[in-house]
Amino acid sequence: MNLKKHIATHVREIPKSGIREFFDIVAQEKEVISLGVGEPDFDTPWHIREAAIYSLEHGRTHYTSNLGLPELRTAICNYVRKHFGVAYDPRAEVIVTVGVSEAIDLALRALLNPGDEVLYHEPCYVSYSPSVMMAHGRAVAVPTRAEENFRLTAAALAKKITDRSKVLMLNFPCNPTGATQTRAELEKIARLCIEHDLIVLTDEIYSELVYDHAEHVSIASLPGMRERCVFLHGFSKAFAMTGFRIGYACAPAILTDAMMRIHQYAILCANTMAQDAAIEALENGARDVEAMRREYEHRRNYIVRSFNDLGLSCFQPVGSFYIFPNISASGLSSREFSFGLLNKQKVACVPGPAFGPSGEGFVRCCYATSLDQIRTAVARIADFLKEVQK
Amino acid sequence: MDNLLHLLRQNARTSTADLARELNCSEDAVETQIAELEAAGVILGYQAVVDSQKRPAGFVTALVEVRITPERGGGFDRLANRIARFQEVQSCYLMSGGYDLLVVVEGETLQQIAAFISEKLSTIKGVISTATHFRLKTYKENGVSLLREEKGPRLAVAP
Repeated sequence: MNLKKHIATHVREIPKSGIREFFDIVAQEKEVISLGVGEPDFDTPWHIREAAIYSLEHGRTHYTSNLGLPELRTAICNYVRKHFGVAYDPRAEVIVTVGVSEAIDLALRALLNPGDEVLYHEPCYVSYSPSVMMAHGRAVAVPTRAEENFRLTAAALAKKITDRSKVLMLNFPCNPTGATQTRAELEKIARLCIEHDLIVLTDEIYSELVYDHAEHVSIASLPGMRERCVFLHGFSKAFAMTGFRIGYACAPAILTDAMMRIHQYAILCANTMAQDAAIEALENGARDVEAMRREYEHRRNYIVRSFNDLGLSCFQPVGSFYIFPNISASGLSSREFSFGLLNKQKVACVPGPAFGPSGEGFVRCCYATSLDQIRTAVARIADFLKEVQK
Repeated sequence: MDNLLHLLRQNARTSTADLARELNCSEDAVETQIAELEAAGVILGYQAVVDSQKRPAGFVTALVEVRITPERGGGFDRLANRIARFQEVQSCYLMSGGYDLLVVVEGETLQQIAAFISEKLSTIKGVISTATHFRLKTYKENGVSLLREEKGPRLAVAP
């Protein structure tokens, strides 16, 4: 039986994930130092885990409202207002989702008609383009460049806008590049969005992880933008809660209502004990977030200087927990570099093109791993470079 | 300065070179700051955090609650300092609440500590009473948990 022909065309067209392929190979190796992860090395702070245990102990094992627990929605709105300066109504303008990934999927499916174009900066998170395809949209990449520290410029964006452009996806601080946006550039981008009537999905998942006292600005907080933004955030990175799978979307009621129509049938509601844990995280987790942020900042300082000393140039990112070094000094392609480094020195980092074609010549290294591991990885990369540059 | 102290409190053996990298400054700057912290008495010393239950020789710790008579002019300070000077005293704090001083006493045997308390500590003029609590088991020492908690498994590569 030819099962393949039964697979929907748009699903067949989704390219194989570059990360998936690399993961399968890394999984066969032993004692690998991995700079290839996309999640904190810290386990969830104990008081948050304890809140989830308490929730289970007290039989909180039932469905919640489709939108999420009212207490959680209130806590989310308070948090977003305090940290991002955008006010949402907890009764109608926030929806609790299974991670930001679900929220992105909901937003795209709620917004796109077949053929609508979705702009996104690239290199970017691996799910953006496939999510657009699954929603029958057209993914339009706007390449960003190392010379501009992988910032999205309004000028580059403007070149890609057409009559079919409907949505712009932003993710700053950025996975995989660590890029952040200045307020001035965001203002220019916002003007373009208003001019061309674009809806903006702003994925703020790394927004707490900002360094050097930098200011994080959400595009949703700029004048005239709240009404056309879907503000996406979650608990995975800042609170080290990836496995809880809990995120949220805030947007004007018409948009959340449209997303809700899909969510209620596809998911029903996010995990109840994870929602209880999320309340604890928002109410009492600020100290933990700051302690982890501080730790990442020290590791970032260490890894950036070390890579630049090795001749793998990278700018000092002020957000997320990734660096995106240029590996051209090795004389290898990204793929050759990653696979060679894994085979010869047992260090895993993700080839840049996994995040889009403009990632060629770069690799993504995550510094959410202990300093001891980073130190050893740097020494091994130095040995690897000596070998390949001979 | 605050960041340097934070790192040293986590691991005082971190090399100057690594500290400089983590703090994004020069090694000279790290050395200077450490010297300043030492000179100002912020850093009092560098000690290993040891699980004393695993020390080969006998090791006993007691927390002693001490009530003392305060004095005009110096309050509790003169007597507290006098007590703190004994080699057996590991730490000595003035406390709020039902007693005045909390004295951490270390020794090789229970008898040794008992002798110190009955012969030295409680016979000092001004000491009104003592209550001694011996440590039975340690679960956490100086911020280091003795419970070797297993790290949750993490995928080697994730998006």
